[in-house]
Amino acid sequence: MKTDPAGVLTGTHYFDGDWACGEGAMAAGCRFVAGYPITPSTEVVERISGRFPTMGGTFIQMEDELGSMAAVVGAAWTGTKCMTVTSGPGFSLMMENIGLGAMMETPCVVVNVQRGGPSTGLPTMTGQADIMQARWGSHGDYELISLSPQSPQEAFDLVIEAFNLSELYRVPVMFMMDECVGHMTEKVIIPPAEEIEIVQRKLSDKSPEEYLPYDFEGKEIPEIIRAGDGYRFHTTGLTHDKRGYPVMSAECQEFNVRHLVDKIRQNADDIVRYDEEQIDGADVVVIAYGITARVTRMAIDMAREKGVKVGFMRLIVVWPFPEKRIRELAGNVKGFVVPEINYGQVVLEVERCAAGKSTTVGVPHGGGGVHDPEVILEAIMGAAQ
Amino acid sequence: MMAVHLPYEHKYLRHKKKFPHVWCPGCGIGILMGSIIRAIIDLDWKKDDVVVSSGIGCTSRMPVYLDFNTLHTTHGRALAFSTGVKLANPTLKVITVMGDGDALAIGGNHIIHTARRNMDMTAIVVNNNNYGMTGGQFSPTTPEGARTSTTPYGMMEPNFDVCDLMSGAGATFVARGTVYHVMELDRIFKRAMEKKGFSVVEVLSPCPTSFGRANNQADPVDMMESLRDDTVTVKQATKMKQQDLEGKILRGIFRDVDVPEYLDRYEELCQRARERLEMNQ
Repeated sequence: MKTDPAGVLTGTHYFDGDWACGEGAMAAGCRFVAGYPITPSTEVVERISGRFPTMGGTFIQMEDELGSMAAVVGAAWTGTKCMTVTSGPGFSLMMENIGLGAMMETPCVVVNVQRGGPSTGLPTMTGQADIMQARWGSHGDYELISLSPQSPQEAFDLVIEAFNLSELYRVPVMFMMDECVGHMTEKVIIPPAEEIEIVQRKLSDKSPEEYLPYDFEGKEIPEIIRAGDGYRFHTTGLTHDKRGYPVMSAECQEFNVRHLVDKIRQNADDIVRYDEEQIDGADVVVIAYGITARVTRMAIDMAREKGVKVGFMRLIVVWPFPEKRIRELAGNVKGFVVPEINYGQVVLEVERCAAGKSTTVGVPHGGGGVHDPEVILEAIMGAAQ
Repeated sequence: MMAVHLPYEHKYLRHKKKFPHVWCPGCGIGILMGSIIRAIIDLDWKKDDVVVSSGIGCTSRMPVYLDFNTLHTTHGRALAFSTGVKLANPTLKVITVMGDGDALAIGGNHIIHTARRNMDMTAIVVNNNNYGMTGGQFSPTTPEGARTSTTPYGMMEPNFDVCDLMSGAGATFVARGTVYHVMELDRIFKRAMEKKGFSVVEVLSPCPTSFGRANNQADPVDMMESLRDDTVTVKQATKMKQQDLEGKILRGIFRDVDVPEYLDRYEELCQRARERLEMNQ
């Protein structure tokens, strides 16, 4: 369906990634944002707090990130599209209620403008070290979706996709920016509202007597309802049956938690998204995401000038991981090179999928800056040997 | 005299689906659940419009038994969930039920800021002086000297007075009742729920299984009689001598003030923002 034009600031703008992300959320139909100030994400909520009151949206600055994530999950159950915005330390605090969002199967978007960590780390400088936390940072078993934009334009475009995926699969979607993309200012084109396709959760049309909040077959996504519409549902963080009522048994755990995992794993082919460049006949494939993808391009150009056949795979959706594609490539290429601004997170997944058929070389960076393309080049040259 | 609605409470329970309940014999939570229902009936609120949210603990198990829109959330965070619900759909009537540990220890930051904001919601803090569900550990309301499973030598720390805390934080309606004084509790809940603003009711409720057993009050009747004998109403207290008030806990309404409500303020803010936008266009 087409989006509500009230949230769409059609035109050509000069925005940083944070503002572009905020505009993208509003264009996607987000009308509830709860946040707590934290560098380098604050500009997203600053933008939204100025714009929301003119379009029927609600922004609240909560007392902490635990409260922000809680308010978002609560608001989502009224049928509203919701988002919260944070960075590493706040992301850690949100984990408890991200888990609840996963357990209750609540559509919402969590933006993490990543900075250097651990702990307080480098508040104003970039990092990509929360990418594994985005996958399994909360306790227990579940699967979520994570996206990683490489530019302000993509922060706008992709956050709309984040909302669409959250509505479609009833999950919190992690929007994993990095400080560089968040604070980089570039041209951002916002199309007219009639060109923006959005997904709106389908509210159940069953009668309240028939409706069950967690009724599904296989990889189906259960139908959702909202508070106030006469369904008088119960939802809980406890292991629950089809009715949403707690049942403390291994059988119910299998029913409940297996579904949380399977609804993403079994639909992964539809969710996974990446760009590929010159993969055919490549000896080396570089896999990168976010700001690192842009730095990688320069290293690839340099390697090609030296005659190395280098392909490029840019992860747009990081989780679920494009396992199938990497397994296909493994054995056909000599090596994978994985630069990322951490000491090795996504590289481990690449190595697992390569399963010894190709070598996998990580190019770690501790954060606070981006890679020197020469360092990535060196890894490419090594892998091409 | 309030009308008696005994047969009607059952219509507000998911009685065919979720009973028997988890509460121990002698627990007071079921009594105050009845009071909540009677207040809602008296206010003529439609079931579909009512949201009850809770955190974790004995009290927080309550929503699953109630035939409303019910959210059983994480420990201490219930008021933050409620804030999201109310803000995103202000037509809903939002009630949050929490125990003393839930509301005041792990949820302490949320409750003071919810009080400060003054959003039109009701919070019910069921005070049984300990963490009942996990086996009777001390809570921020455990009286000094009391024995619990983590204060085997007696509670060393001072405790919170929930009503003082909430008054200080800006809640516009603050009251205390007990599960012994049920008719009074019905009236207090009704006043709290109809209050335009953030209202808080502390309810003293016995936990014979955990707290009582550790403090020579394993008999639920003894604990109920303590609620009768150890509390006086605010009105009674005005006629009592200071020495007679020693050790007594006050019941009744401590604060009832009219302060601009959050959602009204936000609507005004939106109006100003729209006017400014039009001026700039």
